[in-house]
Amino acid sequence: MMKRLAVCLMLAGPLLAPAQAATAADSKSEGEKLYMEMNRVLTHPRCLNCHPAGDSPKQGDSARFHVPPMTRGPKDSGPPGMHCAACHQSSNYAASGVPGAPNWHLAPLSMAWENKTPGEICRQILDRRRNGNKSLTEIVKHLTEDELVAWGWNPGTDVARRVREPVPIAKPEFNRIVHAWAKAGAVCPQ
Amino acid sequence: MITLDVNGKKYEIDVDPDMPLLWAIRDGIGLTGTKYGCGIAMCGACTVHVDGMATRSCSMPVSAAVGRRITTIENVGSSRAGKAVQSAWEKLDVVQCGYCQSGQIMSAAALLAEKPKPSDADIDAAMAGNVCRCATYVRIRAAIKQAARSTV
Repeated sequence: MMKRLAVCLMLAGPLLAPAQAATAADSKSEGEKLYMEMNRVLTHPRCLNCHPAGDSPKQGDSARFHVPPMTRGPKDSGPPGMHCAACHQSSNYAASGVPGAPNWHLAPLSMAWENKTPGEICRQILDRRRNGNKSLTEIVKHLTEDELVAWGWNPGTDVARRVREPVPIAKPEFNRIVHAWAKAGAVCPQ
Repeated sequence: MITLDVNGKKYEIDVDPDMPLLWAIRDGIGLTGTKYGCGIAMCGACTVHVDGMATRSCSMPVSAAVGRRITTIENVGSSRAGKAVQSAWEKLDVVQCGYCQSGQIMSAAALLAEKPKPSDADIDAAMAGNVCRCATYVRIRAAIKQAARSTV
């Protein structure tokens, strides 16, 4: 009898005091909630269009294929002879309606987010084999400080002088959420 | 005043810093080989080289070109790849109406400078942003291959 009880306790895993268990559950659900807020930004066309599943960037709110036809090339910055910078300068250019930011390029294929669930994107972001060998600190810095990422909040005007829709959630609030998510253990949804 | 380095010469021009480089080259300097096609970086007619890279001059403010080395169709023949492309264009009689060809040649020369022996896929990828209303694409590809052979 005692032996069976011991096996049951081992299978149940380490026991937590009720207060500790509640805190861990809260932290997990809080972390997931924070990530789901971040995910609204990451999956907005301003971000997702340059994290495509294939070799071609997308354009616009409907994520249509890039015109002119464009491919990622060997370094994710366009094929030899036609780099992204052939058209995209270091800042938006209203005269042509072409968006711009420093180091305009596609995310590598290992960071393709298109057609992925929030949990899959979250785990991808944290996986050093796929995220460019970035630590959590470096990921937070990338999300909160990178100039190309920040373009999503300042996407300029298109050829018809219409203001492009920025990503949801104001930048300071997004940065606060990212820091809070990392502090809460960088929890990912299922 | 804005100072531009175009085809190895310094030009001082009185233009708005936000003006597209295209118009600074055409109207400010008077080099009219670079063509206006669409003005929104969709057609490639305005392609020049900025520090050796193919660049749509309609989509770059002239202020961003200051301090950089600009080459236009008028001087592309001074480079090995540019000369080879021009010769191949002549030999294969690529041009039909000609309007897009300055941009086509600039893009082809930039491709060969970066990749001297391009595959068909490399040519298609690099030239995808240069449209030709006469559809000279088959001759363009053949001429790029001929130019590649002549520079090896």
